[in-house]
Amino acid sequence: MAKITYIEHGGKSHTIEVANSLTVMEGAVQNDIPGIDADCGGGCACATCHVYVDEKWFSKLPKIESTELDMIDVAYEPGKYSRLSCQIIVTDELDGLIVKMPLKQG
Amino acid sequence: MIKTDVLVVGAGPVGLFVVHQLGLIGLKAEVVDNLDKIGGQCIELYPDKPIYDIPALPECTGESLTKNLLEQIKPFKPSFHLNERVQEVSKEKNNWKILTNKNTTFVAPNIIIAAGVGSFEPRKFTAEGTEKFENNGIFYAVRDKNIFKNKKVSIFGGGDSALDWAIELSKFSEVTLIHRRNEFRGAAHSAEIVRKLGKEGKLKIKTPFQLKSIEGRENIELISVKDDEGKVETIETECVLGFFGLLMKLGPIAEWGLNLEKKTVPVNTENFQTNKEGIFAIGDICTYPGKLKLILSGFHEGALAARACFKLARPNEKYRFEFTTTSKTLQERLGVKKTD
Repeated sequence: MAKITYIEHGGKSHTIEVANSLTVMEGAVQNDIPGIDADCGGGCACATCHVYVDEKWFSKLPKIESTELDMIDVAYEPGKYSRLSCQIIVTDELDGLIVKMPLKQG
Repeated sequence: MIKTDVLVVGAGPVGLFVVHQLGLIGLKAEVVDNLDKIGGQCIELYPDKPIYDIPALPECTGESLTKNLLEQIKPFKPSFHLNERVQEVSKEKNNWKILTNKNTTFVAPNIIIAAGVGSFEPRKFTAEGTEKFENNGIFYAVRDKNIFKNKKVSIFGGGDSALDWAIELSKFSEVTLIHRRNEFRGAAHSAEIVRKLGKEGKLKIKTPFQLKSIEGRENIELISVKDDEGKVETIETECVLGFFGLLMKLGPIAEWGLNLEKKTVPVNTENFQTNKEGIFAIGDICTYPGKLKLILSGFHEGALAARACFKLARPNEKYRFEFTTTSKTLQERLGVKKTD
């Protein structure tokens, strides 16, 4: 279980508890937090669950795989701390994680 | 005007397999897809990625799955209408009248929506100035490469389309290839050629940069690109090409009066009918309690929807359940040759 804070592009913040082994994307979708579309359902195939991970947290996340990097290329306004939230699996270590959503996903 | 038993919207794996299920019970289908090729997400998003959860196929790819499905539905001679998007749907007596964006009209008692997450559209630039030049100098596909002859062309992207067009256009245009990171995700061989051309001065490579703005009076004259640290550079440009893959949009389906739940269509799991009689939804686009977005679930959904279509397409006939292993009728439809 980890407390995760999702911040909408407009600044509205949602802090929820997400069970271990779910993804950060599923945490948002299952709790109706807007800003994450996840069109492909979590397959690392569409880049519509793109988030900007808080700078302090970025390096603490498990290493990014090349398939995810490839997909981030086509995400909306990718940046230095971009990740696809469907590829971040929740563990106790992620307690306190903060992610920000882009203006839009596509 | 094309009359048919069932109009299938979407030529992905689920749309293809439902053609098989319809064909077996004697129903003719026409298939419409917005993409220029058959296969849907399997071909567009992951043609080479392995799939391990198709029953009885320990491993396949999006491409081989599509190829095999096409082989399987061959006996039913389906007609495909590619590069077409279903636009409007209206009721006409016992039929649905369907109009595409290319003005093809279909009349059918049944529509099966197997549209995945909707139709694919190119991801567009959002930087400053891009709206102004949307249809004047910005391109998301190359239909006629000759219009780029002797022009200053900036190509954005790191996938195969970006690399391939950078190589091709560098033969007669002044090409700059811009990508947000130093690695290209396109084929390694193409990336090698691009780097070689870069060294020889036949094209310019600018990484890691993204588009910041497009400027110009009547036409594009200049673009600015920025890197992650905020460094900005300008490039003289006449044409801008963006290859950022495709985005899935529900599109006109949202206007057909169907109940919607986010981007999905709720169905009755007895026959996968939507809230409109004769309109069915199968595959990723449908939702019901327990729905799994798996290709195999879509196959099952299609099998049931096909039987429901029979009732509306052949109101005076009775549907009889048969097995392909033993039914002569089904084997005839499949074109099975007798060996005895």
